[in-house]
Amino acid sequence: MAQKQFREVIRDAIAEEMERDENVFIMGEEVAEYNGAYKATQGLLDRFGEKRVIDTPISELGFSGLGVGAAMNGLRPIVEFMTFNFAVVGMDQLINNAAKIRHMSGGQVKIPIVFRGPNGSAGQLAATHSVAYESLYGHFPGLITIHPSDPYDAKGLLKAAIRDDNPVIFLESEQMYGMKQEVPDEEYLLPIGKAEVKREGSDVTIVADGKLYHVAKQAAEELSKDGVEVELINPRTIKPFDMETVIKSVKKTNRCVVVNESHPFAGVAAEVGFQIQREAFDYLDAPVQRVTIPDVPAPFSKKLFDAWLPSPKNVIDAVNTVTYRN
Amino acid sequence: MSNKKKDNITSKTASIIKATDLPKATQKTHKGLNISEDELLELYESMQLQRRFEERSMQMYQKGKFGGFLHLYIGQEAVSTGSVYALQDDDDMITAYRDHGMALARDVSANECMAELFGKKDGCSKGKGGSMHFFKPEKHFWGGHAIVGAHLPLGAGLAFANKYKENGRIAVCYFGDGAVDQGSLNESFNLAQLWKLPVIYVVENNGYSMGTAVQRHSAGNLHERALAYGMKNGRVNGMDVFSIIEKMSEVAEEVRKTNEPYFLEVVTYRYRGHSMSDPANYRTKDELEEYKKIDPIERLKTYIFSKKVAGEKEIAAIDERVEKVVLESIEFADNSPFPDEEELYKDVYANDDFPYLT
Repeated sequence: MAQKQFREVIRDAIAEEMERDENVFIMGEEVAEYNGAYKATQGLLDRFGEKRVIDTPISELGFSGLGVGAAMNGLRPIVEFMTFNFAVVGMDQLINNAAKIRHMSGGQVKIPIVFRGPNGSAGQLAATHSVAYESLYGHFPGLITIHPSDPYDAKGLLKAAIRDDNPVIFLESEQMYGMKQEVPDEEYLLPIGKAEVKREGSDVTIVADGKLYHVAKQAAEELSKDGVEVELINPRTIKPFDMETVIKSVKKTNRCVVVNESHPFAGVAAEVGFQIQREAFDYLDAPVQRVTIPDVPAPFSKKLFDAWLPSPKNVIDAVNTVTYRN
Repeated sequence: MSNKKKDNITSKTASIIKATDLPKATQKTHKGLNISEDELLELYESMQLQRRFEERSMQMYQKGKFGGFLHLYIGQEAVSTGSVYALQDDDDMITAYRDHGMALARDVSANECMAELFGKKDGCSKGKGGSMHFFKPEKHFWGGHAIVGAHLPLGAGLAFANKYKENGRIAVCYFGDGAVDQGSLNESFNLAQLWKLPVIYVVENNGYSMGTAVQRHSAGNLHERALAYGMKNGRVNGMDVFSIIEKMSEVAEEVRKTNEPYFLEVVTYRYRGHSMSDPANYRTKDELEEYKKIDPIERLKTYIFSKKVAGEKEIAAIDERVEKVVLESIEFADNSPFPDEEELYKDVYANDDFPYLT
């Protein structure tokens, strides 16, 4: 096993899949000659050539739609957005075309495409560059949405995404590109739609995805010192969401906090909270709480930014609420 | 007041492209275009099938046999028929929501098309697409797309895949003049020219973007948009099937050879309103009548008579055959079952066991 950065395993996953299937190619802004804005595609141009590693103009609607057309006609494109904040410019292609054409054609057209790139906030990028989109993409039938939290998951899930016959939105938390973890040298794939119980506990369930999983983990460790044992679940996939694992855990712990980086209204945390009350109402000893960014755009000022992004303290406060320790 | 309003409309429509503004039709005969006599009759039959199919579909819509939008192609049949004739069967075609004529020309059966309009199981999209979303990928017909301009990058993508696979196929992407104003046109043209994609972009300029005349929605001449990208372009008469065949054949050959895109403006006209709910009050009766004088089907029929390729009797036999096919398609659509309710959850994802929320 080798220590690898998040960005390195993304690159390895792409390279391995391109090696395996000549119909896989990657395009996006600065993915080729510049070696990737976040270096996730470093070296791919040298290795696979300009036919398969393609720099695009700053033209999100154009190249994402071109990718959908290429996928309809037999290729398996990987489309990198420099950030998912820019994907909004081409959203029509993701929602009206990628997500819907299979259905509207009565299943005759398959669209095996992966849209991937950085998601969510990074330090002080202000409102236009800091949105976490998992709730938005999770909303639309026809799309798969994946939001991994570490290099091991990212590699196994990205490889599965590239082989999947659905359009997949693969969200990489921007602040995690430098994160290191040991990953196996041999090939592995992870199943799409399966959550992982990362830490077993009896007092409260915390569900946390993307980079906020690490915030929740830190909170869980601190709470443990205080005698509160958290069962920590990382959903890994937002759509389909592995509710079964969450419900099973809630039936054991009777309390739940959902931690998610999207805005609260109609977000992932809202949906998970709703489903828990529907499926496990009689097991709950307290209302489900959520920890999300507030219902406002991302601020620039460091002090405001720190207050905006959920912290371990916010998670601990929520746990204290559901355990009535406040 | 009402008179003044009327005058305003008249003065606005006075500047609309008239039949006389159409590019000149080709002077070549069918022999000059290497079209056999049998093929001439097939062209006639194809156009007539589209016309009769749509006239009947309009009736069925009015009878309440189906709902949704119904955008008719009547008047534009030379474009679909001429294009399909000029292309190889495995060249890829993608079009917008006015797609019935294009599908029928590409040999999607009248039965499947009518059943799709009726929302039935045997429709060409299993009743899940409706009028605006006919699909038949096995005929390289990639749909019916209803967001104006949203399929322009898909056209580039179809061509990209063909070039990537080096299969010699080209892609043709049709859209209406309204789509020219979308940003997607800019992005698609830039990518197609930059990456040398074998795609023909065809704007079917029928004079109106819904109810807004082309002079009121688009700056400049449509085909000249291509100039900014150094893209080859041209303009052709869309009311004359020979002109379409000649131009599309020439363009297709060039695109296939050079892997470079082409933007073709086809000047045509739709006889009906934008959709069934549109009485087309934004144009004059005279204007419509002027176009009907150069109806593509009548024009071809007159030509066939003049060259003695067929007589009244043979043409009447074709008309009868077409009418029968269309009436049978109505019966077929009527008899086809509606999709089972469980079809709701099919064809959304590739996985049969996808866990849906309810």
